[in-house]
Amino acid sequence: MTAKSLRLVIGGILLVVALAILPLLAIDVPGVLPGPTYTPGTLQLLAFALLIAALALTYRMMFGLAGLLSFGHALFFAAGAYGLAMTLEAFGPAEWPSALVFTVAIAVTLVLGFVLAATVGALALRVTGISFAMVTLAFAQAGSVLIRRNPGSATGGDEGLALDTAHVPPELVGVVDTRNLYWVALGILVLVYLIVLSVEKSRAGHVAEAIRENELRVRVIGLRPYNVKLLVFIAASVLASVAGMGYLLLQSGAAPRIATADFTLTLLVIVVLGGVGARWGAIVGGIVYTLLDQRLTALAGSDAIAALPDILRVPLSEPLFILGTLFVLVVLFLPGGIAGLPARIATGRKQHPAEPEETVDA
Amino acid sequence: MDTLVLLLITGLGLGALYFLVASGLSLIYGLMGVLNFAHGAFLTIAAFLGWEAGRRISDGTWTGLAISALVGILVGATVAVLTEVLIIRRLYERHIEQALVTVGISLAAVALFEGIWGTDPIYTDRPAWLTQTTEILGARIPNDRFLLIACAALVLGGIVLFLRRTRYGLIIRAGVENRHMVTALGIDVRRSFTLVFAIGGAAAGLGGVLASVYYGYVSAHLGSVLLIFAFIVTVIGGLGSLTGAAIASVLVAVLQQFANFYLGGTGDLVVVVLLAAVLLIRPRGLMGKAA
Repeated sequence: MTAKSLRLVIGGILLVVALAILPLLAIDVPGVLPGPTYTPGTLQLLAFALLIAALALTYRMMFGLAGLLSFGHALFFAAGAYGLAMTLEAFGPAEWPSALVFTVAIAVTLVLGFVLAATVGALALRVTGISFAMVTLAFAQAGSVLIRRNPGSATGGDEGLALDTAHVPPELVGVVDTRNLYWVALGILVLVYLIVLSVEKSRAGHVAEAIRENELRVRVIGLRPYNVKLLVFIAASVLASVAGMGYLLLQSGAAPRIATADFTLTLLVIVVLGGVGARWGAIVGGIVYTLLDQRLTALAGSDAIAALPDILRVPLSEPLFILGTLFVLVVLFLPGGIAGLPARIATGRKQHPAEPEETVDA
Repeated sequence: MDTLVLLLITGLGLGALYFLVASGLSLIYGLMGVLNFAHGAFLTIAAFLGWEAGRRISDGTWTGLAISALVGILVGATVAVLTEVLIIRRLYERHIEQALVTVGISLAAVALFEGIWGTDPIYTDRPAWLTQTTEILGARIPNDRFLLIACAALVLGGIVLFLRRTRYGLIIRAGVENRHMVTALGIDVRRSFTLVFAIGGAAAGLGGVLASVYYGYVSAHLGSVLLIFAFIVTVIGGLGSLTGAAIASVLVAVLQQFANFYLGGTGDLVVVVLLAAVLLIRPRGLMGKAA
């Protein structure tokens, strides 16, 4: 291990420790956080940001590492949330202890997520490029329609599904225990990060990177891009459903919004905003986006905005408008995203060095 | 029998809407390789402004509707051209980034429309004839379906004539076939990019006004719903193929209507299955050029 990577590892551990003790401190960042860091409201927001960061990390693994532009990632996040909610509600022999039921439900959801990911991935990966994006979009759309249609009152339709807390450990229920949920969210983020890291550093990860750059060449060398892409797809999707389970526990329910194509587009925005070139870009993007979204919503309802003339008030009171515009500006003027900033400042180059010039082919 | 006819003609009417959106998408993708997520926003803004213009001048009459349609077409074309010139042009040949900016535009646009016109659908007044029905073979068909089908047929005919009979049409067709060859022959293919955006935007604009007739309301999400089906239509028909888009629009919409009626409202799912099946059996779509 070189000195640089050792420094990185130590820095990472320190960062995680700092995040972990946050609920015990009373840090107040006016304008960014709604209150001191020990209050449930702030912890809820931070935990949500961490989960979105974990989800963005899994999306980046597909889009940034393997170059798979999927429009269906929300499906697996929703599968985790709805899957866990439905297994917790549907099943649970009375004689089993709650902890066992909870663990089994998580395991069942993981298996479900795996089967779903393997099925969708195996089908969708038979085509590439835009067609792949469309097939994943179609599957996600089907999932979204199913959830909204509420077959057998299983998904709660438009109203969403509330978490059945009968078998959930009491430490994870209730406002007072928000900090436990925060630690769970942090744990999920660390877990996802470590798995993503190990996939990226594995041989399969290197092949996936090569496929992104030039699939034909990988084929010529004698490797099978399909298998590697499927592996990355399944890994990212199962991890997304893990994040979905965290979301269910944190929000005490699942809303149909998380299965929509718009939610996947939001993920895409987060990953590009943070920077496709680096893992930490996705994490920073997820946290920045969630905080911005929340704070802009708060700002939209503030008196300062209400006093503005219509022409300024209307756009400024729509957080998605500001975020969408910001996103367009980042794509146009800051191709490396937030993660590309240090390198841009250091080298002063217009083009982000990590960004390959796309080859011309329609 | 009458149910069959009703489903068929309603399907054709819905297919007409899909086609108006998908034709532009397909041409834009075929020529430039851009998957235009902002197309739904073109449609929505045209529907809103068309409605605003129509109701101010003559609400609920044919004049009002004609003005709405005219304004819709103009707005759709203008917004599309502005998008192309101001934003997409800066990113030529970077297809992923181009798709990304259009995603950003669509998100921002929907939010902006919600801010201006609210989140609830606004119900529109239509000429009386459009709210009545006509009996064909025992089926009572809502008259607005005929308007939709006629408009889409006109647009299809118009675009086909333009592509086949004019010099710019020739360049666009050649560009879809092989853009590099056209460029190598010394023709500035970029000018036709703007043109294709204008045509697609105009068709989407007309589609927006007609969608407000078909659904009876305008809302900020009008475009997003149609866009997803238009994408599916475009992919099934074969990216870049206008005829493919026309055939696929009808196929998808009719299938959707039949599944909704006979298979207990599973229309959306059936369409998705169709998309998956077509892509797996024939990845380039029904009429697409070989990849």
